[in-house]
Amino acid sequence: MDRFRMIFQYFQSNSESVMNGICGLLALASVKMYTSFDFSCPCLPQYNMAYGLGIMFVPPVILFLCGLILNRQSLVMLEEWRRPPGHRKKDLAVIRYMCSSILQRAMVAPVVWIIVTLLDGKCLICAFSGSMDPEKFVGFANVSRVQVQQLLAKVPCKDDELMRNSTSRKAVSGYLRCWSQALGWSILLILIIAAFLARWLRPCFNQAALLQARHWSNYIDIEQKIFEEACCEHSRLFAHKCILHFFESMRQEIKLHSFSLPREGEGAEGGEDLLQGITDQDQVNKLLKTWYYEKPPLDVSQAHQR
Amino acid sequence: MDKFRMIFQFFQSNQESFMNGICGIMALASTQMYSAFDFNCPCLPYYNLAYGLGILLVPPFILFLLGFVLNNNISMLAEEWRRPQGRRGKDPAVLRYMFCSMAQRAMIAPAVWVSVTLLDGKCVTCAFCTSVPVDTLGNASHPRLSQGEIQRVLARIPCKEIYNGQQLIANEVAVRYLRCISQALGWCFVLLMTTLAFLVRSLRPCFSQAAFLKSRYWSHYIDIERKLFDETCTEHARSFAKVCIQQFFEGMSTDLVAAHCHLPRKAPAEAEEAAEKLLGITDQGTMNMALKSWHRCKPPLHLHPPALPTGNGWAGEGQPPTHPSAPRKETAAYYSWV
Repeated sequence: MDRFRMIFQYFQSNSESVMNGICGLLALASVKMYTSFDFSCPCLPQYNMAYGLGIMFVPPVILFLCGLILNRQSLVMLEEWRRPPGHRKKDLAVIRYMCSSILQRAMVAPVVWIIVTLLDGKCLICAFSGSMDPEKFVGFANVSRVQVQQLLAKVPCKDDELMRNSTSRKAVSGYLRCWSQALGWSILLILIIAAFLARWLRPCFNQAALLQARHWSNYIDIEQKIFEEACCEHSRLFAHKCILHFFESMRQEIKLHSFSLPREGEGAEGGEDLLQGITDQDQVNKLLKTWYYEKPPLDVSQAHQR
Repeated sequence: MDKFRMIFQFFQSNQESFMNGICGIMALASTQMYSAFDFNCPCLPYYNLAYGLGILLVPPFILFLLGFVLNNNISMLAEEWRRPQGRRGKDPAVLRYMFCSMAQRAMIAPAVWVSVTLLDGKCVTCAFCTSVPVDTLGNASHPRLSQGEIQRVLARIPCKEIYNGQQLIANEVAVRYLRCISQALGWCFVLLMTTLAFLVRSLRPCFSQAAFLKSRYWSHYIDIERKLFDETCTEHARSFAKVCIQQFFEGMSTDLVAAHCHLPRKAPAEAEEAAEKLLGITDQGTMNMALKSWHRCKPPLHLHPPALPTGNGWAGEGQPPTHPSAPRKETAAYYSWV
């Protein structure tokens, strides 16, 4: 009883914190991935935009899917959604609560990636350098149309021979970086204000329903963990009985076929129990062979009948 | 004791998370292997493609096989697949579940290798540098070279020190182009793998949850049963060995008594226990003979039953007779050399 209570408390206290921990780890992993990724803009007119926007939006989709996959609760929610009602009605409010909490946690790592990308600026410079208006920048004003596209596309590559000491390149780069960082900080501010408002205003709307939904979603989670644990315990006991039953039946068979003397006295039985009546090499070999060639049926009810 | 059982049960019910841990370690090992590997593009026309694609595809295959080899459950799967039916039917759904879960875990390290390789870009640069579109990326004014010459020049793109085609196409332009393609392929590959994993995981509860629960239970059962059987056999072997060795020593000591015609020992009560433990062997010569006999002529794997027909009342394993009797001597001599 005490053991179950300890397990229950462990699981309950850790369910939310495990999910928050995974969320935090994914956010850190996202930052680490960005810093270790070797960003190299192709500096070619048609490829820049695709590359820049691709690096900004494809990894967040991957991180979002990872956040859903790694969260155990998403499976629990799907099972609860798809199960037949049976004897237990389904409460859509609980499923909605679970869905929203899973989605919120899964959104953290993609948002971190996008904000880090914007604050760093390389992606936006790569994607939009070709869309700049050349008239605004001295170095590009008096160049032919085709050439200006090529030159603008090379702006993100500082080491290119044409762009090495170009002040116009630095101007375009600085302009785009400024926009990128402004966008990054604005998005961060908006998200934090939204999160703050959501948390503050939530108790004003339907707090009782929220408490119920949270309780029952925790309950479903714990119930499933305890069911899995009970299944493990059951299969262990089942296996134990099955194997004892197997040894017993081998002992009976050996008694029938051999002419060994009936054992007398309790002392002999005490010592022989450990050996299960199997006391020589041939008997052991026979037992092992029978275990492989004829595994016992998955039915331990006969052990009780005897 | 209770605490250990609880921990054991926790780990057993978290067997899946233990396997996931091994999976994660292999993925990290795969990235470490890649960064420790010294990539050296040959910079020759046909060798580049072979080298680049080889480094991209051969290590993942090795890691995939390694993933299966390191998984303890592979022998369990093979045993369950090949065993004769006997009295227990075989369920192909259980075999499929075991194989799928092992294959999924073994796929992670190869997928990590391929993604890291593509995102880094060296392999694709090496393999496809001869296919760079010179017309669009290269300089318009370059001397007309033969196809073979162009191939040889382009093949040296990954090796900056010996590259001599700056007039044909700038090295940085070509490298940037190839790396861009490689990284795009890398991200698409990662997206594809993640989407597949997500679909596999999320579609399962929608379609076959009951069958899945059944397969999972029985595959865990087979694993637990195998472990418990091994444990029981080990216990049995231990008892068997103990009885066998005790009977050997008893046989030796009775032989010695018969050979040397020792007077029956009238040891006081307190020394009896110590004498018991010595099993009748009390000097160097006798011990040497016992050891030689153990090496040259191990006893048969046949434990004679302790209750003898003479009925002298001795029915235990560890109780030597307090005085040797004549019938005992004959029986001992018979048993110890079989």
